[in-house]
Amino acid sequence: MTTNMVGIEIKDLHLSFGETEVLTGVNLTIEPGEFFSFLGPSGSGKSTLLRAVAGFGPTPKGQILIGGRDIVDLPPWKRNVGMVFQSYALWPHMSVRDNVAFGLKERKMPVSEIGPRVEAALDLVGLLSMAGRMPNQLSGGQQQRIALARTIVVEPQVLLLDEPLSNLDASLRVQMRRELLALQRKLGLTTIFVTHDQEEANTTSDRMAVLDGGVIQQVGSPQVLYDTPANLFVANFLGTANIIDGVVEKDGAAARFVTKTGDAIAVGDTTVNSGSIVLRPQNISIVAKDSANSISGTVMHREFLGSQIRYLVDAAGTEIVIDQSHVSGETWQDIGAEVSLNINSSAAVVLAS
Amino acid sequence: MREVTSERTAHPVLIFWILAGWVGFLLLPWYGIEDGFFSFGWLLDGYPTDTDYAPAAFLVAQGEKTWLAPLLLPLLAPLLVLRRRKTDPAYAKILIAAGAVGFAWLIAQGFGIGIRGWNFAWLETAFGPLGDRQFGMGYGAMLLASSFLFLFAQGIAARGAINGDVFVVSAVSGIIVIVTVFVFFPIAKLMLAAFITEEGGYSLLVFAAKFTDSRIWSLSCVTGPGRCGAAWNSLFLAVIVGALTTILGLVFALVATRSGFRYKRALRALTVLPIITPPFVIGLAIILLFGLSGSVTGFFSDLFGIRPTRWIYGMPGVMIAQVLAYTPIAFLVLIGVVEGVSPSMEEAAQTLRASRWQVFRTVSLPLMRPGLANAFLLGFIESMADFGNPLVLGGNYDVLSTEIFFAIVGAQYDQSRAAVLAIVLLSFTLGAFYAQRRWLGKKSYTTVSGKGDSGVHPEMPAGLSVPVYTIAAAWAAFTIVIYGMIVYGSFVELWGVRDTLTFKHYLTAFSMRLEDGGIRWTGSAWDSFFTTIKIATIAAPLTAAAGLTTAYLLTRQNFVGRNAFEFGTMLSFAIPGTVIGVSYILAFNVPPIELTGTGVILVISFIFRNMPVGVRAGIASMSQLDKSLDESSLTLGANSWQTFRLVILPLLRPAILAALVYSFVRAMTAISAVIFLVSAEYNMATSYIIGRVENNDYGLAIAYSTTLILVMLTAVGLLQVAVGKTRIGRRTGQRTGQASGD
Repeated sequence: MTTNMVGIEIKDLHLSFGETEVLTGVNLTIEPGEFFSFLGPSGSGKSTLLRAVAGFGPTPKGQILIGGRDIVDLPPWKRNVGMVFQSYALWPHMSVRDNVAFGLKERKMPVSEIGPRVEAALDLVGLLSMAGRMPNQLSGGQQQRIALARTIVVEPQVLLLDEPLSNLDASLRVQMRRELLALQRKLGLTTIFVTHDQEEANTTSDRMAVLDGGVIQQVGSPQVLYDTPANLFVANFLGTANIIDGVVEKDGAAARFVTKTGDAIAVGDTTVNSGSIVLRPQNISIVAKDSANSISGTVMHREFLGSQIRYLVDAAGTEIVIDQSHVSGETWQDIGAEVSLNINSSAAVVLAS
Repeated sequence: MREVTSERTAHPVLIFWILAGWVGFLLLPWYGIEDGFFSFGWLLDGYPTDTDYAPAAFLVAQGEKTWLAPLLLPLLAPLLVLRRRKTDPAYAKILIAAGAVGFAWLIAQGFGIGIRGWNFAWLETAFGPLGDRQFGMGYGAMLLASSFLFLFAQGIAARGAINGDVFVVSAVSGIIVIVTVFVFFPIAKLMLAAFITEEGGYSLLVFAAKFTDSRIWSLSCVTGPGRCGAAWNSLFLAVIVGALTTILGLVFALVATRSGFRYKRALRALTVLPIITPPFVIGLAIILLFGLSGSVTGFFSDLFGIRPTRWIYGMPGVMIAQVLAYTPIAFLVLIGVVEGVSPSMEEAAQTLRASRWQVFRTVSLPLMRPGLANAFLLGFIESMADFGNPLVLGGNYDVLSTEIFFAIVGAQYDQSRAAVLAIVLLSFTLGAFYAQRRWLGKKSYTTVSGKGDSGVHPEMPAGLSVPVYTIAAAWAAFTIVIYGMIVYGSFVELWGVRDTLTFKHYLTAFSMRLEDGGIRWTGSAWDSFFTTIKIATIAAPLTAAAGLTTAYLLTRQNFVGRNAFEFGTMLSFAIPGTVIGVSYILAFNVPPIELTGTGVILVISFIFRNMPVGVRAGIASMSQLDKSLDESSLTLGANSWQTFRLVILPLLRPAILAALVYSFVRAMTAISAVIFLVSAEYNMATSYIIGRVENNDYGLAIAYSTTLILVMLTAVGLLQVAVGKTRIGRRTGQRTGQASGD
């Protein structure tokens, strides 16, 4: 079932529902065989963008090229994309076998070929024994696997996943996303995965795009997006971030970020003059008082998260979140304790405001 | 198995409609055939050259009806696109032009040429006298018109309308055309008829004179002994019936949902009654009870020596009959409303120390307010539109619906008076319909959220439950007596005169004999019974199909003018049957569409009277189906038609069945439109019964009605079994909730 991998190119795509523009000038290139995620809060346009690739919703302006062919004007049934839905969307009046065979019948494949292909697809998702069941006799996870089998059996050029794991419970979700990724790698199927769950996107994606307000904010690998967010939205949306406003003071080659309260943090070379500094909680540590490159503050609040302890520290009016990894038996800082914070400045990112 | 998506140049749907056009033009008889197309007698009777049966091509070849010749042009043009790709701009242009020109030419010749040559003087001056005439269009013309319409639709789709979806564009244009032809055109014709002078011209004065007639607007019954106008009578009656049915409906709804009453299921079964009861049957039962020789009348005259009077004939009788008939409809609407009030809202009020009575008065009742208004408007519309009961019981109390009938059927034969009366009636019902949609549609008092609401409705406060129980019990008893009278009355030889029990009426109506190895249906009712079954059987699937297709378009597709489309298809709800009847007579007794006296016109009237029901049912069940069910089919390579057929229709089975049975039953009970449209050949059960009533042959009428009720009860029962769950009550609730009755 290996396929010729194709890439997807989206060029200057605009889409509006009536008067409201929901996608504004989207440009994106997805490499052949890539597992690519659209990540964003609800209303960001991620699902709309995916559905535009599938052919649902109003016809957008611009181009969507799959394997170099513009498909914007084609109806969904001529696009050769496969889509898996959050609600599974198995047809309740057909057996599992009939559900999976549907697309092959629509493609006028000879009956003798349909049987083996359906079985191969069911085998691939490990549910061959369920072929005779009706969808309502299956669990949620099984239904989603059948939906996946139904989609890949027709060997689409592109696999579109619209929050396929959101209806599953937490532990199943983790297992399913691994299976999904393994399957995608096996088939080499160019895949777009829409999710609002950053953990899902981080764990599966080769690259991802963060969307907000119908605009792509940043594209890159999960690590690049987390470590070097391009703007405050991405910094805030991915993980927890301390964002402190201030100005950059340069002294020859060395640069310091000076906060409004006067604390200075050494930063690397930057072109920004004034803006914000992004500090991830785990890149700040609580150290002995008055060591170098440190800020002093008061512990306001403490949360035990298992592997970590999260402190909320008030540093002259600025609230800073700090994550310390938890070692068994260690003593914690008390509420009200005066502490000094040491910042790993190589991990700090300065963004223009 | 990578799909090679080269654009094909052979489009099967296109070829189909081009062929259909040619078949319509070359092979099928162009004009309507007296004996009916499906008698096929025409095949052996001079076809294809006899001008009565000739296809258009043969007519033109013989030098007849030469105005059909230009149709060849739009017939030939689509052949040019056969080898073109859909993306070629010429493809769309040629199809749009050919379809539009062809269709327009068909309409132009249909209306330009009438039964006496040119229909318009300016055509006569331009082209000289015609020396030929028009006949009603037949299957050839119909097929060609459809061909042009759908070629046009394919052109529009090729230009990218509705994402280039041929099926959806075709369905939308098809429904627009049939609704225009069979709803808007007759109504427009009716409006025009109100202005026609005796000489056949048009004049505002005619309308003004007929409109201000004192028989419509007189108020002399208020001031003195005179009679009031039909408009005021109708309005007065409708307001009272609306108010009473709402109160009684609320009473029953409270018993069904907020009491310890144990037979709630049985109470809900009551809601099936108005669906399976021909509207005038209640009137008949009332005559048996309170008429001159009625049981109650007799009882009181024996006991107190009161001379029997005809008091029941007129306003009191009609009102009682209508309240009996329409209370279940109000009950249906209100049971949903009363249940719809979220229990947690009431519980919240209770935890804030409100007593049961305070909760009811300050929380529950205000939340039900829009439902109450809705029920009132429905009762109002039903009463306005009711024809059967005023006809049977009205006496001297003239109402609009029966006045329309007498204006056109009686000795007066005054079309423009019928039209004026129909316009008055229509403005009342449309006004109510409009109020219901605009005013109620916008307010949302719905308290049911998607989340499960696990509360229990509190019971009624004690002070309320006593009167509620009393009224409910009394009214339920009355209803039972009424239906008892109907069954009992069918076995009584001559009511009030000879009270012996007999099967005589059933035998007269439904006797049969074995003769020469076959059955001879000797009973007098069989003819109309079989016609009714036949017409209802043909109409039901067509109604369901039209309704569900419309529902699909409304719930699943987005297109320009969707709201207008919805309004247009739902409008016939608000058009009383009598108005439909009159307008069909006015519109379809002359070419180009000549249908009066046929079975087809009955079928069509049922389709458009009952289609909104199918639309409602379809919308209700389709909105339960997640859109991703269609979308996954679409991405798997099924186009929208295949998706509709393979995924949506199978999932809609319960709704389809319900729509089928409902339209079947409605077709059997309808009277108001039917009575204008029946003919000697196609007489329907209801109009036959009304005829018996007018001859004072009550026994037969009631026996026949009882039989009909049993037949329909069986139909509804079979549906319950087929669908499985006993949800019919609620489902039909949503539907009859909107229906304008007969």
